[in-house]
Amino acid sequence: MTDATLTIRFFARLREELGTESLQLPATPDQTVGGLLAELASRGGSWAQLQGDQPVMVAVNQAMARPSTPVNAGDEVAFFPPVTGG
Amino acid sequence: MISIQTADFDVGTEYQSLRASGAGTGAVVTFSGLVRDSGDLSGVTGLFLEHYPGMTEQVIQGLIDEASQRWHVRQARVIHRVGRLALSDQIVFVGVCSAHRGDAFEACAFIMDALKTTAPFWKKEISGDDEHWVEQKTSDVERSQTWG
Repeated sequence: MTDATLTIRFFARLREELGTESLQLPATPDQTVGGLLAELASRGGSWAQLQGDQPVMVAVNQAMARPSTPVNAGDEVAFFPPVTGG
Repeated sequence: MISIQTADFDVGTEYQSLRASGAGTGAVVTFSGLVRDSGDLSGVTGLFLEHYPGMTEQVIQGLIDEASQRWHVRQARVIHRVGRLALSDQIVFVGVCSAHRGDAFEACAFIMDALKTTAPFWKKEISGDDEHWVEQKTSDVERSQTWG
């Protein structure tokens, strides 16, 4: 049986500006990445930037995802700025 | 093989290991990336590097697999450091060995270009008391796209 929650993770600038490295949210039916972003952005303050001008990348279970990607109980969803390694 | 580590690496050791990949190896190409004194900020004194453990390794393995489908690659090695780094420190190593130089050059360049735009690493520049998360460069994205 899978856990009925989602693990949300933030990296780099987003982690610092949101003051949050990870959080648990209850999983709900028919959830998508886009819906999750809107829900988090509606917290206001620095969270609004999740739907702001700067691009936000998202991975579901460590694979790159898009707004329409479904999100299910037990998933790990990560939000982060465009990558800058190398 | 892929290593994400805080520790430094030795290019000579990595080269010898690629060289020892067998008698079919006729070419070894290596790339090293270093901390530079200017980026988004001027007078950079160091970097902080963060990554997404697990996903980073998966993405890089995917790039090595793709390179191995497109070119003849006998062995590929990627090392990327994370944490605090000082000026001129080594950040990244990509080494590829192949039967011929053309494949080794191209596979090495492809892995490095694609790593920069797809592997989940983030760089923060430090300049005295100033800190700045580096923005993704359009030129890096365009360069990565030239591989198709």
